[in-house]
Amino acid sequence: MATTLSAAGTGRRRSSTWIGWSFILPNFLGFAALTLVPVIAALALSFLDWDSYSTPRWVGLDNFERMIHNDTFWTALKNTAYYAIGHVPLTLCAALGFAVLLNQKLRGARFFRTALFFPYITSLVAVAVVWNMLLSPDLGPVNQFLRAIGIDSPPGWTTSTTWAMPAVIVASVWRDLGYYMILYLAGLQTIPAELYEAAEVDGANGWQRFWSITVPSLRPTTFFVLIMLTISSFKVFDLIQVMTEGGPGRSTLVLSQVIYREGIVQGRFGYSSAVSMVLFAIVLTITLIQFQLQRRSER
Amino acid sequence: MTLTVSPPAPVQTPANPPSRPRKAVPVRRALAYLLLSVLSVAVLVPFAWMVSASLKLDADVFSVPIQWIPAEFHWENFTNIWERIPLLTYLRNSVFLSLTITALQVLTGSFAAYGFAKVRFPGRDALFLAYIATIAVPWQAYMVPQYIIMQKAGLVNTHLSLILLQAFGAFGVFLMRQYYLTIPDELCEAGRLDGLSEYGIWARIVLPLSKPALASLALLTFVNTWNDYMGPFIYLTDNKLWTIQLGLRSFVGLYDAEYAMIMTGSVLSVLPILVIFLLGQKYFVRGIATSGLK
Repeated sequence: MATTLSAAGTGRRRSSTWIGWSFILPNFLGFAALTLVPVIAALALSFLDWDSYSTPRWVGLDNFERMIHNDTFWTALKNTAYYAIGHVPLTLCAALGFAVLLNQKLRGARFFRTALFFPYITSLVAVAVVWNMLLSPDLGPVNQFLRAIGIDSPPGWTTSTTWAMPAVIVASVWRDLGYYMILYLAGLQTIPAELYEAAEVDGANGWQRFWSITVPSLRPTTFFVLIMLTISSFKVFDLIQVMTEGGPGRSTLVLSQVIYREGIVQGRFGYSSAVSMVLFAIVLTITLIQFQLQRRSER
Repeated sequence: MTLTVSPPAPVQTPANPPSRPRKAVPVRRALAYLLLSVLSVAVLVPFAWMVSASLKLDADVFSVPIQWIPAEFHWENFTNIWERIPLLTYLRNSVFLSLTITALQVLTGSFAAYGFAKVRFPGRDALFLAYIATIAVPWQAYMVPQYIIMQKAGLVNTHLSLILLQAFGAFGVFLMRQYYLTIPDELCEAGRLDGLSEYGIWARIVLPLSKPALASLALLTFVNTWNDYMGPFIYLTDNKLWTIQLGLRSFVGLYDAEYAMIMTGSVLSVLPILVIFLLGQKYFVRGIATSGLK
Protein backbone atom coordinates (compact mmCIF):
# COMPACT_ATOMS: atom_id res chain seq x y z
CA MET A 1 0.00 0.00 0.00
CA ALA A 2 3.09 2.21 0.23
CA THR A 3 3.78 3.12 -3.37
CA THR A 4 1.04 4.49 -5.52
CA LEU A 5 0.94 7.15 -8.14
CA SER A 6 -2.25 8.79 -6.93
CA ALA A 7 -1.50 12.11 -5.33
CA ALA A 8 -4.41 12.93 -3.06
CA GLY A 9 -3.38 11.32 0.24
CA THR A 10 -6.56 11.96 2.18
CA GLY A 11 -8.81 10.80 -0.60
CA ARG A 12 -6.76 7.66 -0.83
CA ARG A 13 -7.00 7.04 2.88
CA ARG A 14 -10.73 7.54 2.75
CA SER A 15 -11.06 5.01 -0.02
CA SER A 16 -8.86 2.49 1.77
CA THR A 17 -11.00 2.96 4.87
CA TRP A 18 -14.03 2.21 2.79
CA ILE A 19 -12.37 -0.84 1.22
CA GLY A 20 -11.08 -2.12 4.56
CA TRP A 21 -14.49 -1.85 6.17
CA SER A 22 -16.17 -3.51 3.22
CA PHE A 23 -14.01 -6.58 3.83
CA ILE A 24 -14.66 -6.65 7.53
CA LEU A 25 -18.33 -5.72 7.48
CA PRO A 26 -19.99 -9.06 6.63
CA ASN A 27 -18.31 -10.69 9.59
CA PHE A 28 -18.49 -7.61 11.77
CA LEU A 29 -22.29 -7.28 11.53
CA GLY A 30 -22.79 -10.73 12.99
CA PHE A 31 -19.92 -10.32 15.41
CA ALA A 32 -21.12 -6.94 16.70
CA ALA A 33 -24.76 -7.94 17.10
CA LEU A 34 -24.18 -11.30 18.71
CA THR A 35 -20.86 -11.06 20.50
CA LEU A 36 -19.79 -7.47 21.07
CA VAL A 37 -23.18 -6.11 22.14
CA PRO A 38 -23.94 -9.08 24.43
CA VAL A 39 -20.51 -8.74 26.09
CA ILE A 40 -21.23 -5.10 26.91
CA ALA A 41 -24.86 -5.81 27.77
CA ALA A 42 -23.84 -8.50 30.25
CA LEU A 43 -22.07 -5.86 32.31
CA ALA A 44 -25.10 -3.55 32.29
CA LEU A 45 -27.54 -6.38 33.01
CA SER A 46 -25.75 -7.27 36.22
CA PHE A 47 -26.91 -3.95 37.71
CA LEU A 48 -30.55 -4.48 36.71
CA ASP A 49 -33.38 -6.27 38.36
CA TRP A 50 -34.86 -8.00 35.35
CA ASP A 51 -36.76 -11.26 35.14
CA SER A 52 -38.21 -12.51 31.91
CA TYR A 53 -41.64 -11.08 32.82
CA SER A 54 -40.76 -7.85 34.61
CA THR A 55 -39.50 -4.57 33.25
CA PRO A 56 -35.81 -3.83 33.83
CA ARG A 57 -35.08 -1.69 36.87
CA TRP A 58 -31.74 -0.28 38.01
CA VAL A 59 -30.80 -1.78 41.37
CA GLY A 60 -27.12 -1.01 41.66
CA LEU A 61 -25.24 -3.74 43.47
CA ASP A 62 -28.29 -5.62 44.77
CA ASN A 63 -27.63 -8.65 42.55
CA PHE A 64 -24.10 -8.90 43.84
CA GLU A 65 -25.26 -8.59 47.41
CA ARG A 66 -27.78 -11.35 46.93
CA MET A 67 -25.07 -13.43 45.39
CA ILE A 68 -22.61 -13.21 48.26
CA HIS A 69 -25.33 -14.33 50.65
CA ASN A 70 -26.27 -17.21 48.42
CA ASP A 71 -25.13 -20.65 49.40
CA THR A 72 -25.37 -22.17 45.92
CA PHE A 73 -23.12 -19.48 44.51
CA TRP A 74 -20.35 -20.26 46.99
CA THR A 75 -20.68 -24.00 46.45
CA ALA A 76 -20.40 -23.51 42.71
CA LEU A 77 -17.44 -21.18 43.11
CA LYS A 78 -15.63 -23.68 45.32
CA ASN A 79 -16.38 -26.54 42.95
CA THR A 80 -15.14 -24.55 39.97
CA ALA A 81 -11.89 -23.80 41.79
CA TYR A 82 -11.57 -27.45 42.78
CA TYR A 83 -12.02 -28.49 39.17
CA ALA A 84 -9.43 -25.97 37.98
CA ILE A 85 -6.89 -27.00 40.61
CA GLY A 86 -7.21 -30.61 39.48
CA HIS A 87 -7.60 -30.05 35.76
CA VAL A 88 -4.88 -27.48 35.06
CA PRO A 89 -1.75 -29.15 36.52
CA LEU A 90 -2.74 -32.68 35.49
CA THR A 91 -3.51 -31.74 31.91
CA LEU A 92 -0.36 -29.64 31.67
CA CYS A 93 1.90 -32.43 32.95
CA ALA A 94 0.26 -35.08 30.80
CA ALA A 95 0.45 -32.91 27.68
CA LEU A 96 4.09 -31.99 28.29
CA GLY A 97 5.06 -35.59 29.06
CA PHE A 98 3.47 -36.95 25.92
CA ALA A 99 4.91 -34.16 23.79
CA VAL A 100 8.44 -34.84 25.04
CA LEU A 101 8.03 -38.57 24.40
CA LEU A 102 6.63 -37.96 20.92
CA ASN A 103 9.34 -35.49 20.03
CA GLN A 104 12.07 -38.14 19.97
CA LYS A 105 11.67 -38.85 16.26
CA LEU A 106 10.39 -42.34 16.95
CA ARG A 107 8.99 -44.37 14.13
CA GLY A 108 5.22 -44.40 14.38
CA ALA A 109 5.12 -41.04 16.15
CA ARG A 110 2.35 -40.02 13.79
CA PHE A 111 0.18 -42.90 14.90
CA PHE A 112 0.69 -42.10 18.56
CA ARG A 113 -0.03 -38.43 17.96
CA THR A 114 -3.28 -39.33 16.20
CA ALA A 115 -4.32 -41.68 18.98
CA LEU A 116 -3.57 -39.18 21.73
CA PHE A 117 -5.26 -36.30 19.98
CA PHE A 118 -8.42 -38.15 19.05
CA PRO A 119 -10.21 -37.83 22.42
CA TYR A 120 -10.14 -34.06 22.00
CA ILE A 121 -12.32 -34.09 18.90
CA THR A 122 -14.58 -36.90 20.04
CA SER A 123 -18.09 -35.71 20.68
CA LEU A 124 -18.65 -34.73 24.24
CA VAL A 125 -21.78 -36.75 24.78
CA ALA A 126 -20.00 -39.93 23.68
CA VAL A 127 -17.09 -39.08 25.99
CA ALA A 128 -19.36 -38.44 28.96
CA VAL A 129 -21.44 -41.53 28.37
CA VAL A 130 -18.51 -43.88 27.93
CA TRP A 131 -16.75 -42.52 31.03
CA ASN A 132 -19.90 -42.86 33.07
CA MET A 133 -20.02 -46.51 32.09
CA LEU A 134 -16.30 -47.10 32.64
CA LEU A 135 -16.63 -45.57 36.10
CA SER A 136 -19.86 -47.33 36.96
CA PRO A 137 -19.48 -48.23 40.67
CA ASP A 138 -20.43 -51.91 40.76
CA LEU A 139 -19.51 -53.47 37.46
CA GLY A 140 -17.59 -50.76 35.60
CA PRO A 141 -14.21 -51.82 34.20
CA VAL A 142 -12.32 -49.26 36.29
CA ASN A 143 -13.63 -50.58 39.58
CA GLN A 144 -13.26 -54.17 38.40
CA PHE A 145 -9.62 -53.38 37.81
CA LEU A 146 -9.25 -51.68 41.19
CA ARG A 147 -10.76 -54.69 42.94
CA ALA A 148 -8.46 -57.00 41.01
CA ILE A 149 -5.42 -55.18 42.34
CA GLY A 150 -6.71 -55.49 45.89
CA ILE A 151 -8.78 -52.37 46.57
CA ASP A 152 -11.83 -53.85 48.25
CA SER A 153 -14.15 -50.88 48.29
CA PRO A 154 -13.28 -48.70 45.28
CA PRO A 155 -14.86 -45.23 45.05
CA GLY A 156 -18.40 -44.80 43.78
CA TRP A 157 -17.18 -42.13 41.30
CA THR A 158 -20.10 -40.20 39.81
CA THR A 159 -22.55 -41.58 42.35
CA SER A 160 -20.51 -40.33 45.30
CA THR A 161 -20.38 -36.73 46.45
CA THR A 162 -16.68 -37.09 47.28
CA TRP A 163 -15.56 -38.83 44.11
CA ALA A 164 -17.76 -37.23 41.45
CA MET A 165 -15.39 -34.30 40.92
CA PRO A 166 -12.27 -36.47 40.62
CA ALA A 167 -14.19 -38.59 38.09
CA VAL A 168 -15.04 -35.51 36.03
CA ILE A 169 -11.43 -34.32 36.25
CA VAL A 170 -10.09 -37.68 35.02
CA ALA A 171 -12.41 -37.62 32.03
CA SER A 172 -11.57 -34.00 31.23
CA VAL A 173 -7.81 -34.52 31.44
CA TRP A 174 -8.15 -37.50 29.15
CA ARG A 175 -10.14 -35.42 26.71
CA ASP A 176 -7.96 -32.29 26.65
CA LEU A 177 -4.40 -33.55 26.87
CA GLY A 178 -4.09 -34.10 23.11
CA TYR A 179 -4.85 -30.48 22.31
CA TYR A 180 -2.20 -29.08 24.63
CA MET A 181 0.20 -31.79 23.53
CA ILE A 182 0.00 -30.37 20.01
CA LEU A 183 0.82 -26.91 21.36
CA TYR A 184 3.80 -28.32 23.25
CA LEU A 185 4.98 -30.26 20.21
CA ALA A 186 4.99 -27.03 18.23
CA GLY A 187 7.00 -25.41 21.04
CA LEU A 188 9.50 -28.27 21.16
CA GLN A 189 10.24 -27.88 17.46
CA THR A 190 11.64 -24.43 18.13
CA ILE A 191 14.33 -25.64 20.57
CA PRO A 192 17.65 -25.86 18.69
CA ALA A 193 19.14 -29.38 18.71
CA GLU A 194 22.58 -27.89 19.42
CA LEU A 195 21.51 -27.11 22.97
CA TYR A 196 20.90 -30.79 23.67
CA GLU A 197 24.11 -31.81 21.95
CA ALA A 198 26.13 -29.36 24.02
CA ALA A 199 24.49 -30.60 27.21
CA GLU A 200 25.18 -34.17 26.27
CA VAL A 201 28.84 -33.41 25.66
CA ASP A 202 28.90 -31.84 29.12
CA GLY A 203 27.60 -35.13 30.52
CA ALA A 204 24.08 -34.03 31.43
CA ASN A 205 21.65 -36.94 31.72
CA GLY A 206 18.17 -37.02 30.30
CA TRP A 207 16.55 -35.76 33.47
CA GLN A 208 18.99 -32.83 33.73
CA ARG A 209 18.55 -31.98 30.06
CA PHE A 210 14.79 -31.95 30.55
CA TRP A 211 14.93 -29.54 33.48
CA SER A 212 17.71 -27.27 32.28
CA ILE A 213 16.91 -27.06 28.56
CA THR A 214 13.43 -28.29 27.71
CA VAL A 215 11.49 -26.66 30.54
CA PRO A 216 13.11 -23.19 30.31
CA SER A 217 12.93 -23.15 26.49
CA LEU A 218 9.26 -24.02 26.61
CA ARG A 219 8.41 -21.16 28.95
CA PRO A 220 6.46 -19.15 26.32
CA THR A 221 4.44 -22.24 25.37
CA THR A 222 3.80 -23.11 29.00
CA PHE A 223 2.63 -19.58 29.61
CA PHE A 224 0.15 -19.80 26.76
CA VAL A 225 -0.98 -23.30 27.76
CA LEU A 226 -1.49 -22.20 31.36
CA ILE A 227 -3.67 -19.27 30.34
CA MET A 228 -5.74 -21.35 27.94
CA LEU A 229 -6.14 -24.15 30.47
CA THR A 230 -7.12 -21.84 33.30
CA ILE A 231 -9.67 -20.00 31.19
CA SER A 232 -11.14 -23.23 29.91
CA SER A 233 -11.36 -24.76 33.41
CA PHE A 234 -13.28 -21.84 34.78
CA LYS A 235 -15.63 -22.04 31.81
CA VAL A 236 -16.22 -25.76 32.24
CA PHE A 237 -19.83 -26.58 31.51
CA ASP A 238 -20.78 -29.16 28.94
CA LEU A 239 -18.75 -32.12 30.19
CA ILE A 240 -20.17 -31.72 33.67
CA GLN A 241 -23.65 -31.02 32.37
CA VAL A 242 -23.66 -34.31 30.49
CA MET A 243 -21.71 -36.43 32.97
CA THR A 244 -23.26 -35.47 36.30
CA GLU A 245 -25.59 -32.48 35.75
CA GLY A 246 -23.88 -30.92 38.76
CA GLY A 247 -24.70 -33.81 41.06
CA PRO A 248 -24.92 -35.85 43.09
CA GLY A 249 -26.44 -33.12 45.19
CA ARG A 250 -24.44 -30.03 44.35
CA SER A 251 -21.08 -31.78 44.45
CA THR A 252 -20.07 -30.96 40.88
CA LEU A 253 -22.16 -27.83 40.34
CA VAL A 254 -19.99 -25.16 38.68
CA LEU A 255 -20.42 -21.44 38.00
CA SER A 256 -21.42 -21.84 34.36
CA GLN A 257 -24.27 -24.08 35.38
CA VAL A 258 -25.49 -21.51 37.88
CA ILE A 259 -25.49 -18.90 35.10
CA TYR A 260 -27.38 -21.26 32.82
CA ARG A 261 -29.95 -22.27 35.43
CA GLU A 262 -30.57 -18.78 36.77
CA GLY A 263 -30.40 -16.93 33.46
CA ILE A 264 -31.90 -19.21 30.86
CA VAL A 265 -33.99 -21.74 32.79
CA GLN A 266 -35.33 -19.37 35.47
CA GLY A 267 -35.13 -16.21 33.37
CA ARG A 268 -33.41 -14.17 36.10
CA PHE A 269 -31.39 -12.11 33.66
CA GLY A 270 -29.97 -9.60 36.13
CA TYR A 271 -28.85 -12.03 38.80
CA SER A 272 -27.32 -14.50 36.36
CA SER A 273 -25.39 -11.68 34.71
CA ALA A 274 -23.95 -10.74 38.10
CA VAL A 275 -22.69 -14.32 38.48
CA SER A 276 -21.27 -14.20 34.97
CA MET A 277 -19.41 -11.01 35.83
CA VAL A 278 -17.75 -12.86 38.70
CA LEU A 279 -16.73 -15.61 36.30
CA PHE A 280 -15.33 -13.04 33.90
CA ALA A 281 -13.50 -11.19 36.68
CA ILE A 282 -11.85 -14.40 37.88
CA VAL A 283 -10.69 -15.36 34.41
CA LEU A 284 -9.41 -11.84 33.76
CA THR A 285 -7.57 -11.63 37.09
CA ILE A 286 -5.84 -14.96 36.64
CA THR A 287 -4.81 -14.05 33.12
CA LEU A 288 -3.39 -10.72 34.26
CA ILE A 289 -1.50 -12.33 37.14
CA GLN A 290 0.01 -14.84 34.75
CA PHE A 291 1.02 -12.02 32.41
CA GLN A 292 2.73 -10.26 35.32
CA LEU A 293 4.58 -13.40 36.39
CA GLN A 294 5.64 -14.05 32.83
CA ARG A 295 6.98 -10.52 32.46
CA ARG A 296 8.86 -10.75 35.75
CA SER A 297 10.48 -14.04 34.82
CA GLU A 298 11.60 -12.60 31.49
CA ARG A 299 13.59 -9.86 33.18
CA MET B 1 4.49 -39.02 33.35
CA THR B 2 7.64 -37.13 32.51
CA LEU B 3 10.91 -38.64 31.46
CA THR B 4 11.62 -40.62 34.58
CA VAL B 5 12.79 -43.68 32.73
CA SER B 6 15.74 -42.25 30.85
CA PRO B 7 18.94 -43.92 31.98
CA PRO B 8 22.04 -41.78 32.43
CA ALA B 9 23.22 -41.02 28.93
CA PRO B 10 26.67 -42.36 28.19
CA VAL B 11 29.14 -39.68 27.22
CA GLN B 12 28.95 -39.34 23.49
CA THR B 13 32.06 -40.17 21.52
CA PRO B 14 32.06 -37.54 18.81
CA ALA B 15 33.40 -39.97 16.19
CA ASN B 16 30.14 -40.42 14.32
CA PRO B 17 28.21 -37.34 13.16
CA PRO B 18 26.64 -35.85 16.29
CA SER B 19 23.52 -34.53 14.59
CA ARG B 20 21.24 -37.21 16.09
CA PRO B 21 22.98 -38.23 19.28
CA ARG B 22 19.92 -39.89 20.73
CA LYS B 23 19.95 -42.56 18.07
CA ALA B 24 22.98 -44.02 19.77
CA VAL B 25 20.99 -45.00 22.87
CA PRO B 26 18.80 -47.96 21.91
CA VAL B 27 17.74 -48.73 25.49
CA ARG B 28 16.34 -45.27 25.87
CA ARG B 29 14.45 -45.53 22.62
CA ALA B 30 13.06 -48.90 23.57
CA LEU B 31 11.87 -47.54 26.89
CA ALA B 32 10.33 -44.50 25.21
CA TYR B 33 8.50 -46.83 22.83
CA LEU B 34 7.28 -49.00 25.64
CA LEU B 35 6.07 -46.08 27.70
CA LEU B 36 4.40 -44.45 24.73
CA SER B 37 2.68 -47.66 23.69
CA VAL B 38 1.37 -48.40 27.16
CA LEU B 39 0.09 -44.86 27.61
CA SER B 40 -1.48 -44.67 24.16
CA VAL B 41 -3.28 -47.93 24.73
CA ALA B 42 -4.50 -46.53 28.06
CA VAL B 43 -5.79 -43.44 26.26
CA LEU B 44 -7.53 -45.56 23.66
CA VAL B 45 -9.18 -47.94 26.15
CA PRO B 46 -12.43 -45.94 26.35
CA PHE B 47 -12.81 -46.19 22.57
CA ALA B 48 -12.13 -49.90 22.60
CA TRP B 49 -14.71 -50.34 25.27
CA MET B 50 -17.21 -48.22 23.36
CA VAL B 51 -16.85 -50.27 20.18
CA SER B 52 -16.87 -53.55 22.04
CA ALA B 53 -20.00 -52.68 24.03
CA SER B 54 -21.79 -51.47 20.90
CA LEU B 55 -21.65 -55.03 19.54
CA LYS B 56 -22.97 -56.80 22.63
CA LEU B 57 -26.32 -57.48 24.24
CA ASP B 58 -27.24 -55.12 27.09
CA ALA B 59 -26.82 -57.94 29.57
CA ASP B 60 -23.26 -58.67 28.46
CA VAL B 61 -21.93 -55.11 28.55
CA PHE B 62 -20.96 -55.22 32.22
CA SER B 63 -19.78 -58.80 32.38
CA VAL B 64 -17.26 -59.94 34.98
CA PRO B 65 -14.50 -60.32 33.93
CA ILE B 66 -14.54 -57.78 31.13
CA GLN B 67 -15.00 -59.25 27.68
CA TRP B 68 -12.99 -57.06 25.35
CA ILE B 69 -13.97 -59.05 22.30
CA PRO B 70 -17.68 -59.91 22.32
CA ALA B 71 -18.44 -63.63 22.35
CA GLU B 72 -21.03 -63.00 19.67
CA PHE B 73 -21.06 -59.93 17.44
CA HIS B 74 -24.47 -58.27 17.50
CA TRP B 75 -24.23 -56.20 14.36
CA GLU B 76 -28.00 -55.80 14.42
CA ASN B 77 -27.50 -53.06 17.03
CA PHE B 78 -26.30 -50.87 14.19
CA THR B 79 -29.46 -51.47 12.15
CA ASN B 80 -31.93 -51.46 15.04
CA ILE B 81 -30.86 -48.08 16.37
CA TRP B 82 -32.29 -46.28 13.32
CA GLU B 83 -35.75 -47.46 14.34
CA ARG B 84 -35.30 -46.76 18.03
CA ILE B 85 -34.53 -43.06 17.64
CA PRO B 86 -34.93 -40.68 14.67
CA LEU B 87 -31.20 -40.91 14.06
CA LEU B 88 -31.49 -39.90 10.43
CA THR B 89 -33.18 -36.62 11.36
CA TYR B 90 -30.53 -35.91 13.98
CA LEU B 91 -27.71 -36.63 11.56
CA ARG B 92 -29.31 -34.51 8.86
CA ASN B 93 -29.65 -31.59 11.28
CA SER B 94 -26.05 -31.97 12.41
CA VAL B 95 -24.77 -32.08 8.84
CA PHE B 96 -26.85 -29.08 7.84
CA LEU B 97 -25.76 -26.94 10.78
CA SER B 98 -22.11 -27.95 10.57
CA LEU B 99 -21.87 -27.31 6.83
CA THR B 100 -23.72 -23.99 6.88
CA ILE B 101 -21.82 -22.61 9.83
CA THR B 102 -18.48 -23.77 8.46
CA ALA B 103 -19.15 -22.23 5.05
CA LEU B 104 -20.19 -18.89 6.53
CA GLN B 105 -17.35 -18.81 9.03
CA VAL B 106 -14.71 -19.57 6.42
CA LEU B 107 -16.15 -17.08 3.94
CA THR B 108 -16.72 -14.11 6.25
CA GLY B 109 -13.65 -14.93 8.33
CA SER B 110 -11.22 -15.00 5.45
CA PHE B 111 -12.83 -11.93 3.90
CA ALA B 112 -12.54 -9.93 7.12
CA ALA B 113 -9.02 -11.22 7.70
CA TYR B 114 -7.94 -9.63 4.43
CA GLY B 115 -9.20 -6.29 5.69
CA PHE B 116 -7.22 -6.72 8.90
CA ALA B 117 -4.03 -8.04 7.33
CA LYS B 118 -3.66 -6.32 3.97
CA VAL B 119 -5.62 -3.07 3.98
CA ARG B 120 -4.37 -0.20 6.09
CA PHE B 121 -6.93 2.22 7.49
CA PRO B 122 -7.42 4.25 10.66
CA GLY B 123 -9.05 2.34 13.51
CA ARG B 124 -8.15 -1.04 12.08
CA ASP B 125 -5.95 -2.15 14.95
CA ALA B 126 -8.41 -0.99 17.60
CA LEU B 127 -11.12 -2.97 15.87
CA PHE B 128 -8.92 -6.04 15.75
CA LEU B 129 -8.23 -5.65 19.44
CA ALA B 130 -11.98 -5.77 20.09
CA TYR B 131 -12.10 -9.06 18.21
CA ILE B 132 -9.22 -10.50 20.21
CA ALA B 133 -10.63 -9.26 23.50
CA THR B 134 -13.88 -11.12 23.00
CA ILE B 135 -12.00 -14.38 22.46
CA ALA B 136 -10.77 -14.02 26.05
CA VAL B 137 -14.25 -13.37 27.46
CA PRO B 138 -15.84 -16.65 28.51
CA TRP B 139 -18.86 -17.39 26.38
CA GLN B 140 -20.89 -18.12 29.51
CA ALA B 141 -20.44 -14.51 30.55
CA TYR B 142 -22.58 -13.28 27.67
CA MET B 143 -24.79 -16.22 26.83
CA VAL B 144 -27.73 -14.71 28.69
CA PRO B 145 -27.76 -11.42 26.70
CA GLN B 146 -27.38 -13.49 23.53
CA TYR B 147 -30.35 -15.54 24.56
CA ILE B 148 -32.41 -12.43 25.26
CA ILE B 149 -31.58 -11.05 21.80
CA MET B 150 -32.60 -14.32 20.16
CA GLN B 151 -35.77 -14.46 22.23
CA LYS B 152 -36.74 -10.92 21.23
CA ALA B 153 -36.02 -11.76 17.60
CA GLY B 154 -38.25 -14.83 17.91
CA LEU B 155 -35.42 -17.10 16.84
CA VAL B 156 -35.24 -19.42 19.84
CA ASN B 157 -35.89 -22.99 18.74
CA THR B 158 -34.72 -22.44 15.16
CA HIS B 159 -31.57 -23.53 13.38
CA LEU B 160 -31.09 -19.94 12.30
CA SER B 161 -30.29 -18.89 15.87
CA LEU B 162 -27.35 -21.29 16.05
CA ILE B 163 -26.14 -20.33 12.60
CA LEU B 164 -26.16 -16.64 13.50
CA LEU B 165 -24.46 -17.27 16.82
CA GLN B 166 -21.66 -19.43 15.54
CA ALA B 167 -20.94 -18.34 11.98
CA PHE B 168 -19.35 -14.99 12.79
CA GLY B 169 -16.90 -16.02 15.45
CA ALA B 170 -13.77 -14.03 16.11
CA PHE B 171 -11.62 -17.16 16.03
CA GLY B 172 -11.84 -17.61 12.27
CA VAL B 173 -10.86 -14.00 11.65
CA PHE B 174 -7.92 -14.37 14.01
CA LEU B 175 -6.68 -17.63 12.49
CA MET B 176 -6.92 -16.36 8.90
CA ARG B 177 -5.31 -13.03 9.71
CA GLN B 178 -2.33 -14.74 11.27
CA TYR B 179 -1.91 -16.71 8.07
CA TYR B 180 -2.39 -13.74 5.74
CA LEU B 181 0.37 -11.88 7.58
CA THR B 182 2.81 -14.50 6.32
CA ILE B 183 1.87 -13.80 2.68
CA PRO B 184 4.31 -11.17 1.35
CA ASP B 185 2.77 -7.77 0.64
CA GLU B 186 4.76 -7.66 -2.61
CA LEU B 187 2.37 -10.23 -4.10
CA CYS B 188 -0.61 -8.00 -3.39
CA GLU B 189 1.34 -5.01 -4.70
CA ALA B 190 2.03 -6.87 -7.94
CA GLY B 191 -1.66 -7.57 -8.24
CA ARG B 192 -2.44 -3.90 -7.75
CA LEU B 193 0.00 -2.92 -10.49
CA ASP B 194 -1.73 -5.41 -12.77
CA GLY B 195 -4.93 -3.50 -12.18
CA LEU B 196 -6.66 -5.89 -9.81
CA SER B 197 -9.01 -4.40 -7.25
CA GLU B 198 -8.57 -5.32 -3.58
CA TYR B 199 -11.41 -7.83 -3.97
CA GLY B 200 -9.65 -9.29 -6.99
CA ILE B 201 -6.41 -9.61 -5.03
CA TRP B 202 -8.27 -11.42 -2.26
CA ALA B 203 -10.01 -13.79 -4.65
CA ARG B 204 -7.23 -14.45 -7.14
CA ILE B 205 -4.01 -14.17 -5.11
CA VAL B 206 -4.53 -14.44 -1.36
CA LEU B 207 -7.31 -17.01 -1.26
CA PRO B 208 -5.57 -19.59 -3.47
CA LEU B 209 -2.40 -19.18 -1.41
CA SER B 210 -4.19 -19.75 1.87
CA LYS B 211 -5.66 -23.16 1.14
CA PRO B 212 -3.92 -24.85 4.11
CA ALA B 213 -5.25 -22.24 6.53
CA LEU B 214 -8.72 -22.44 4.99
CA ALA B 215 -8.64 -26.20 5.41
CA SER B 216 -7.58 -25.84 9.05
CA LEU B 217 -10.33 -23.37 9.80
CA ALA B 218 -12.96 -25.39 7.96
CA LEU B 219 -12.08 -28.61 9.73
CA LEU B 220 -11.86 -27.07 13.19
CA THR B 221 -15.17 -25.26 12.71
CA PHE B 222 -16.90 -28.32 11.33
CA VAL B 223 -15.78 -30.54 14.18
CA ASN B 224 -16.60 -27.92 16.81
CA THR B 225 -20.09 -27.45 15.42
CA TRP B 226 -20.68 -31.17 15.05
CA ASN B 227 -19.63 -31.76 18.66
CA ASP B 228 -21.29 -28.67 20.12
CA TYR B 229 -23.63 -29.55 22.92
CA MET B 230 -24.40 -26.35 24.78
CA GLY B 231 -25.63 -24.32 21.80
CA PRO B 232 -28.26 -26.82 20.64
CA PHE B 233 -29.03 -27.69 24.27
CA ILE B 234 -29.95 -24.09 25.06
CA TYR B 235 -31.63 -23.13 21.81
CA LEU B 236 -33.31 -26.21 20.37
CA THR B 237 -36.31 -27.64 22.20
CA ASP B 238 -38.11 -29.25 19.29
CA ASN B 239 -37.13 -32.88 18.78
CA LYS B 240 -37.27 -32.43 14.99
CA LEU B 241 -34.52 -29.82 15.15
CA TRP B 242 -32.15 -31.75 17.41
CA THR B 243 -28.59 -32.54 16.49
CA ILE B 244 -26.98 -35.94 16.96
CA GLN B 245 -25.50 -34.82 20.28
CA LEU B 246 -28.86 -33.84 21.73
CA GLY B 247 -30.51 -36.94 20.33
CA LEU B 248 -27.90 -39.17 21.89
CA ARG B 249 -28.13 -37.39 25.22
CA SER B 250 -31.90 -37.73 25.33
CA PHE B 251 -31.67 -41.40 24.41
CA VAL B 252 -29.32 -41.92 27.35
CA GLY B 253 -31.76 -40.11 29.62
CA LEU B 254 -34.74 -42.15 28.48
CA TYR B 255 -33.24 -45.62 28.24
CA ASP B 256 -30.31 -45.55 30.59
CA ALA B 257 -30.19 -49.35 30.91
CA GLU B 258 -29.81 -50.01 27.19
CA TYR B 259 -26.06 -49.88 27.46
CA ALA B 260 -25.29 -51.55 24.16
CA MET B 261 -27.61 -49.31 22.17
CA ILE B 262 -26.21 -46.20 23.87
CA MET B 263 -22.72 -47.25 22.84
CA THR B 264 -23.94 -47.97 19.32
CA GLY B 265 -25.25 -44.42 19.12
CA SER B 266 -21.98 -43.10 20.51
CA VAL B 267 -19.96 -44.97 17.92
CA LEU B 268 -22.19 -43.61 15.15
CA SER B 269 -21.83 -40.05 16.46
CA VAL B 270 -18.03 -40.32 16.54
CA LEU B 271 -17.58 -42.11 13.23
CA PRO B 272 -17.99 -39.09 10.89
CA ILE B 273 -15.51 -37.13 12.99
CA LEU B 274 -13.00 -39.99 12.88
CA VAL B 275 -13.18 -40.11 9.08
CA ILE B 276 -12.81 -36.36 8.72
CA PHE B 277 -9.99 -36.30 11.22
CA LEU B 278 -8.00 -39.05 9.55
CA LEU B 279 -8.39 -37.35 6.16
CA GLY B 280 -7.39 -33.91 7.36
CA GLN B 281 -5.17 -34.56 10.35
CA LYS B 282 -2.34 -32.41 9.01
CA TYR B 283 -4.60 -29.36 8.89
CA PHE B 284 -5.99 -29.90 12.38
CA VAL B 285 -2.52 -30.01 13.84
CA ARG B 286 -1.37 -27.01 11.86
CA GLY B 287 -4.45 -24.99 12.77
CA ILE B 288 -4.00 -25.62 16.46
CA ALA B 289 -0.28 -24.94 16.33
CA THR B 290 -0.88 -21.61 14.53
CA SER B 291 -3.53 -20.46 16.96
CA GLY B 292 -1.08 -21.20 19.75
CA LEU B 293 1.82 -19.26 18.32
CA LYS B 294 0.91 -15.62 18.37
